[in-house]
Parts: sequence; structure tokens; C-alpha cells
Amino acid sequence: MSVDLEHYLMVGAVLFAIGLYVALAKRNFVAVLMGIELMFNAVNLTFVAFSRFVESPNPLDGHVFVVFVITVAAAEAATALALAVLLYRVRGTIDVDRIDLLKW
Amino acid sequence: MDDTGTVVAFYVLSALTVGSALGVVVVRNLIHAVVFLILSFVGVAGLYITLSADFVAVTQVLIYAGAISVLILFAIVLTPRGDRDNQETFLRLPALLLAGLVAFTLGYVAIDTEWAISDREGFEETASVIGEALLDKYVLPFEIASVLLLVAMIGAIVLVRPESGVEEAGE
Amino acid sequence: MRLDADWYDFRDLGNSVGALLEQIEDWGAPEWVPYVVSGLIGVLAILLWTVLSVLAFIWIERRVVGLMQNRIGPNRVGPNGLLQPVADVLKLLFKEPITTRHADRGLFWLAPIVIFVPTLVVFAVIPFGERMVLADLNVGVLFLIAVGSINTIAVFMAGWASHNKYALLGAMRTIAMLISYELIQVLVLLAAVLFAGSMRLGDIVAWQQDYGVWLLFLQPLGLLGYVISGAVEMNRSPTDIAEAESEIVAGYHTEYGGIKFGFFYQAEYLAGFAIAAVIVSLYMGGWTLWGLEEWVPGWFIFLAKLYGVFFIYIWARGTLPRLRIDQLMAFAWKFLLPLALVNVMVTGGEMLLWQEAELSSGEALPLFGVINAALAVALIGGWAWFLGQLREERVAHRAILTQELGAIYFGEAASKL
Repeated sequence: MSVDLEHYLMVGAVLFAIGLYVALAKRNFVAVLMGIELMFNAVNLTFVAFSRFVESPNPLDGHVFVVFVITVAAAEAATALALAVLLYRVRGTIDVDRIDLLKW
Repeated sequence: MDDTGTVVAFYVLSALTVGSALGVVVVRNLIHAVVFLILSFVGVAGLYITLSADFVAVTQVLIYAGAISVLILFAIVLTPRGDRDNQETFLRLPALLLAGLVAFTLGYVAIDTEWAISDREGFEETASVIGEALLDKYVLPFEIASVLLLVAMIGAIVLVRPESGVEEAGE
Repeated sequence: MRLDADWYDFRDLGNSVGALLEQIEDWGAPEWVPYVVSGLIGVLAILLWTVLSVLAFIWIERRVVGLMQNRIGPNRVGPNGLLQPVADVLKLLFKEPITTRHADRGLFWLAPIVIFVPTLVVFAVIPFGERMVLADLNVGVLFLIAVGSINTIAVFMAGWASHNKYALLGAMRTIAMLISYELIQVLVLLAAVLFAGSMRLGDIVAWQQDYGVWLLFLQPLGLLGYVISGAVEMNRSPTDIAEAESEIVAGYHTEYGGIKFGFFYQAEYLAGFAIAAVIVSLYMGGWTLWGLEEWVPGWFIFLAKLYGVFFIYIWARGTLPRLRIDQLMAFAWKFLLPLALVNVMVTGGEMLLWQEAELSSGEALPLFGVINAALAVALIGGWAWFLGQLREERVAHRAILTQELGAIYFGEAASKL
């Protein structure tokens, strides 16, 4: 009974798929953003799993990449949420089904 | 990694993470969905600890569960109440099919490939090595990331600033 | 401490636990049993100590604040009021914990738990003695900050689930306060970690023991920043704008009664102890006292220092008036943040100087202490003076309605000030 790389990759794949579903199928703009954050988490998990298990001259490069992904995700979340608030101010709604035309 | 503690921890934390992510999909109240999202962030941090990635785990809790979640909650509070019921769009079935397809493909590739597994035991201390890498090999992305954060901060402030020029009442 | 000290060597309680674990191994238990037993002993010890300290400090705080405010404080329940904490706890236990009709039941129930658990978990990384750390993590300092940042989520859950506009307003103000001061906390702790070269709290205490100096002599700006941001993280007066009874009813825990409020109350004291413990470990030498730990138990010195630091916070509560939220935020962003940034830069420069010029510690550390102290005095005085110059003059205005009414009844001249 042991836990190998494949187990972590499966968890990452399932998390990525759930995040993809949330990002594509939810009606609220902020819920779409939550799906995107789930996808970032899945990707980070696979990076760290690879860094732990796979033969490499610099194994901790995976961790450095994860630090950068977390940083960029924070910046992107701040900007996207500011956009959500602005969208509500301009359009009166953040339902993505009703913001599908550039005019009216 | 085959000691009992790590195996049990992996299964419990994976169940927590995937279960909370499913909670984000299913729950009919957006604030509850955010709480489940925070729970899945903490679950992923636990999985990082089973992979002996201590610095990344603590950074994940600090930034994701501590800061990004607060941002999401504030955005939900500042947006209308009628859209907070976490409904799906009309594209739910194609999205479900696509997600299933992606999961199946990734899982198949993960299981089928011959990974070059090393017999390392696990990292002793990652923080100092990450710090040296950030300032030695990856100093350019590091500096660009700081500029990116500055630009995102300024951009977010400029986007949500109230309409400029408050009229002077009277004189 | 020698590692093979006897089990009755109470100068370090880790000796007793170590002897117990060896005994368990000699009885032939499987490998994981000593590990689990040591974890359980640590957890139970922390729980016991925190509960007893909170009980004691309920009485001590009310008595001391009462005496400072020229009144007696609790003196009815038991001799000199010593059973007041027991009465308080019994009241909280027996009161009916009401959940309002429109409150969000799940989050309402969850918020006290989420605010209590992180403050308790912080004690796992704090070194009470040489071998008395529950989990001496490699990233101990970052762990403290990360776990403290979960408080913001709990505060939001409490404010939101109450379905009460005052609670939500109090929660938003508290969150704004907490995240601003969290940033300052990170910068200040970064400078302290730069000196010690490691994020592990046991290493920082060992550094202070080896060089025979407390970090507060080398980091006065850091100590100022951390003491103030710690006071804010604790939600204590003079910064308790969140739960100011006279202003916003009770902020984010307005709707909580009974044992749910008991959790918030206890979490506030525990946060206070946690901040005091971090200050003692990082800035005041932890369980060492320049060699006194050979005779006096290390954990006794640590607890004495911790209660001393917490007494200073009680003193501040009894003496200082409450700050407004805009004053607090301005103080954080305009005053403390530049100071913390300058502190980090100067500390980094000093560490570089120490390495490059190959100074010995005997000449480097006094030099750094003097430079930092002078810089602290100059910066605090100068920057505060500069910010004072920038404040615009306040002009007294009469309220608009009064002006109009004055103009109607007494003619045009009465509408001016």
C-alpha cells in the first residue's frame, strides 16, 4: 500500500476537471473565477508532485514555479474581481448569460 | 512513500480536497461555495505537506486561504444578491462532457507514461533552496513578478475608483 | 541541557517526556506509538495551559484594569473576587445560545470554531523550553503568519452569518484592519528572520542565546511595529474598534450568545497569549535569560516573560483611549509601513556588512544596535513630525440645516460661522 506519483497526478487531474466545469458552466462571474482558482491549484499540485518524485538535477525548480503561479494567481484574482465590481456598476448584473453582447 | 501515516494522510486529504471541490459545484449558495473553496485550498496545502513541500504549503495557506478568499468574499458582497444562487448556464452538459474528457485524458497519460522516478527520500528544507533559486537563477522572473503585482494593484484601484470629480456643494 | 538528563530534571520537561518515550519503546511497542504519544502529550499540555491561563487572566485583567481606573474590580464572587472566572464560565455555559431566524445556520455555527482553532494551533511552533516544542517547523515564522491570516475568514463568516448590518459593518472594518496590520507583521518578522538566518523559532532562540543578545536591542523599529500590529491582531483596546461596545454594539459577534460568545472571548485571550509568546521568542530571548536557565527552569522564565508582556497589553487597555478606524488605517499605511520597509533595508545592509567586512560579533552587534536605535529615534520622530505637517487644517463648519434655519430666523448674518 503505497502512494506514488500517479496518485497525485490523478488527484490533480480530477481537481482540474472540476475547476474546468465550474469555470465553464457557472452563471456568476465570481463563480467562474473560483473555477479558475481551482485549476491553478490542480496545476500547482502536479508541479509539486513532479518535483518530489521525478529525477532531476534541480528538483526544487517545481516549487519555484509554484511560488510564481501563486503570485500571478493573486494578481489575476485582484484584477478580475475589480472587473467584476466594475461590471456590476456598468451592466447592473454579473450573470454571464446576459453579458454576451458588446452593446445593449 | 509507503509508510502508513503518509498513505492515510494522502487519502484523507485527497477526499477532503476533491469533496470540497465537488461542494463548490453542487451547493446552491455562493457564500457556502466559497467556504468549500477555502476548504479545498487547505486540503491542497495538506497534500503539499505530504509531499514534503513545507514552504509552498504555508505560502498556499497564507495567500490562497488568507487573502484571495477574502477578495472573493468582498467581490460577492459588492455584487447583486439575485446572482448569488450558484446556478449553471445553459452550457452545462457540454461543459460536463469536456471536463470528463479532460480528466480521462490526463488520468490516462498519468498512468500510462513511464516517469523517471528517482529514489529521493524527501526534501529536508526547501525554503533556503527556493530563496537562493529565486535570487540566483530566477531573479528576472522574480523582479517581473513584483512589477506585475504593482501593476495589478494600481489597475484594481483605478478600475473601482468612484467617478472622479465630486461636485463641490455650494462654493 | 544534556540530552541524557534524568526524568526528574524539571528544568526541561522534555527530559521527562523523553524518558517516558524510551520506556514505551523498551516495552516493545510498534514504531509509531512513541511519536503519537509525544504528540498527544504536547497537545494536552498546550490545551491545559491555555485554559488555565485564560481563567487566571480573566480575573487578573479585570482587577488590574479596575485598579488602574481607580475602582476595585471584581470582589464579590469568592475571596477578593478570585472565583469570578468560574462564575463567568458558568454563565456562558448555561446561557441559551440563540440562533436568529434569518441567520445562516451552517456558517453561524462554524465561525466560533474557525476563529478558535488557528489561535490554538499557533502554540504548536512556539518553544517553551529547549526540548518543549510540539512541532519545530522549518518555516515556523511563516506558519505563524499564515495561521493568523485565517482569522480574517472567520471574522467574515461571523459577520455575514449573523444577517445583521452592524455585524457585517463591524466585520468589514475588522478585516480591513487585520489585513493592513498583517502586512506590517510580515515585514517586521522578515527583518528578525534576516538576523537569525532561519525561520525556525528554536533556531532564533538559539541565536539569541549564542550571541547573548536579545533581538529587541537590535531591532527597535521591528519591536515597535510588531507590538502595535500584535495589539491590532488581538482586537484589544486601544484598537478594539471591532467590538467597541459603545460604538458598534459588539461588531462581528453581536448575535452570538452563550458558549459561542465564550469561544470568541477565549480566542481573544488566546490570540493575546500567542502574540506575547511570539514577541518573547523572537525579541526577548525566549526561554533563555543569559545563563539563568541553568538553575531556573526554561519554561518558567518563558512564562514569566510572556505574562509580563501580556501585562503591558493590559496596561495599554486600561490607559489609552480607543482609536478610530480611519486613524488606525492611516497609522498602518502611512507611518508603520514605511518604517518597516526602511527597517528591512537597513537590516539587510547590516547583514551584508557583517559578512563582507568579516567583523566579529563583539564589534558588529553593538554597532548595529547603536545604528538601529539611532535610526529608530530619528525616523519615528522625523516621520511623525513630517506627517503632522501634511495634515490639513480642520475648519469648523456649522451643520447645513442649522445654517438654513439660522438664516431664516435671524437673518443672513447668522448663517455664517
